[in-house]
Amino acid sequence: MKLLRDTWLIYQQESSLLLRSKTMILFSLAQPISYLVLFAPFLKTTLAGQGADSYAAAYRIYVPGLLVAMGLFGGLFAGYGLLQAIRAGIIERCRVTPISRIGLLLGRALMHVTLILSQGVIITLAAIPLGLRVQPLALLAAYGMLAMMALMATSISYDLALMVRDQNTLGMMVQTTSQPISLLAGVLIPLSLAPLWIQIVALGNPFAWATDGIRALFTGHPGDDVVWQGALIITALAAISVVLSSKLFNRKIA
Amino acid sequence: MIEATGLRKTYQRGHGRKATTVEAVRGVDFAVERGEIFGFLGPNGAGKSTTLRMLSTLLRPDGGEARIAGADLLRDPAKVRNNIGYVGQASGTYEQSNARRELVLQARMHGLPKSTALTLCEAAVKAFQLGDFADREIKTYSGGQRRRLDIALGVIHSPKVMFLDEPTAGLDPPSRARMWQEVRRLRDEGMTIFLTTHYLDEADALCDRISIIDGGLIVAEGTPTALKREISGDVVVLDMAAADTAGVVDPNLVMEAEKLLGEEPYVSSTEVIDGTIRMYVDSSATAIPHLMRTLLDNGIDPGSVEARRPSLDDVFLAKTGRSLEE
Repeated sequence: MKLLRDTWLIYQQESSLLLRSKTMILFSLAQPISYLVLFAPFLKTTLAGQGADSYAAAYRIYVPGLLVAMGLFGGLFAGYGLLQAIRAGIIERCRVTPISRIGLLLGRALMHVTLILSQGVIITLAAIPLGLRVQPLALLAAYGMLAMMALMATSISYDLALMVRDQNTLGMMVQTTSQPISLLAGVLIPLSLAPLWIQIVALGNPFAWATDGIRALFTGHPGDDVVWQGALIITALAAISVVLSSKLFNRKIA
Repeated sequence: MIEATGLRKTYQRGHGRKATTVEAVRGVDFAVERGEIFGFLGPNGAGKSTTLRMLSTLLRPDGGEARIAGADLLRDPAKVRNNIGYVGQASGTYEQSNARRELVLQARMHGLPKSTALTLCEAAVKAFQLGDFADREIKTYSGGQRRRLDIALGVIHSPKVMFLDEPTAGLDPPSRARMWQEVRRLRDEGMTIFLTTHYLDEADALCDRISIIDGGLIVAEGTPTALKREISGDVVVLDMAAADTAGVVDPNLVMEAEKLLGEEPYVSSTEVIDGTIRMYVDSSATAIPHLMRTLLDNGIDPGSVEARRPSLDDVFLAKTGRSLEE
């Protein structure tokens, strides 16, 4: 109960401050839209080999990849905010109060998840006039997976941030790891186009499972095994990484 | 109100085989009475902030124990947190936020319902005179305004004990005077205040009692007046830089002068700090003519002579062999 209240308190504070920052809002909207607009012209030709004979079909393959990329990149950069809050003494100030330690971290993480989800919604909405068609229930399920992915990436980013304690090092680590992870998840180009060895390596990448699951949902195959497999993997890993980052936060900070 | 015994903290610096252990606090004991302003005076790196962070539950001590407002620091940190307020060196507020929003958040972090938080916020705005800027973004505040908000945040839940880490570092003189006034007001309202400072005048003018800490150990403790009284007599400071040398001092000359004066019977001890010689004497009025004659007889012409009452820096010097002033 106290955990819920305290998480909600921090969530409210973090998100209302984010909403007050007009530049942040502008940029977080501009990013997904620019992806869509600048990448759209490539889509039909690139994905023709995937049986995408129309823009609508191409977007069903491309938008899920974009969602995963946003969950991954957006989440992995969350550690920046945490380091900034540590440096400004905000975390210290909170820790001298009886507020729940996990709530302190979870409230921030959930704010990031909300931010990523709203970017996901914007991408989906923007793709509709371009020809995207998705079943509402499948879309909701896809958003659920996106939320879990964002939560996992955010927690991993917090872990890295707490271990290296330096924004530059964190930036470098995130840059170098997120690129191969997203490529190995088939975010931009589906893995079915990749050579066999890459497909085998990708079996160990939870984000690849999630991407495949979301793609199946978008292309109208919610009954595919990869949907529940991807959802299960990503939810379990999200739960584990939240527990781990709370533990690390308690050990390193509290 | 605060009782600490044998508090210790060591840090590991570096990793693996190259790791070194830094003993930040090497066992400190002290007791702070209800309603007093107690200061930890010492140079940077002496262990002041580490001690304060241990007492305010931010750092777990490696040894020793403490009771704060009746609660055990190690066994019941949650209860300690209910009874204390803390203001760190970094402000701890969100730049894009404003004073009212932060005050309400702070009260709610202490578990208070929203309506109470709003009432407390307005009371704090009034008590700390934040009204002129309470709805502006914090990034537009002056250093003094920020610090006043920080203290208001620290006491929003009326704690019994308040911890202040270098409360006036970097403030201009009027803002410092204002902060001292606020701290005294809190003490007069019955709060117990524990602060750290490396300013001699702050320890002297603001604190009811101080501990002098150096190298992780307490080297002296008492009221500023009592500590200064331990240094009996007067202090005579000789500046060896002659008026026409633009502050450049010949170190050999300083050494020679110190040796000569140290042998005089009326000088109880001498210290050299940069180009000056500090001497402790029973009475400066009778010592100065003597020591001037000694110097001039040996062909040494000092730049200036100053006599004064002992300061806390003299206490620090006597205890550690170093000066706090730079």
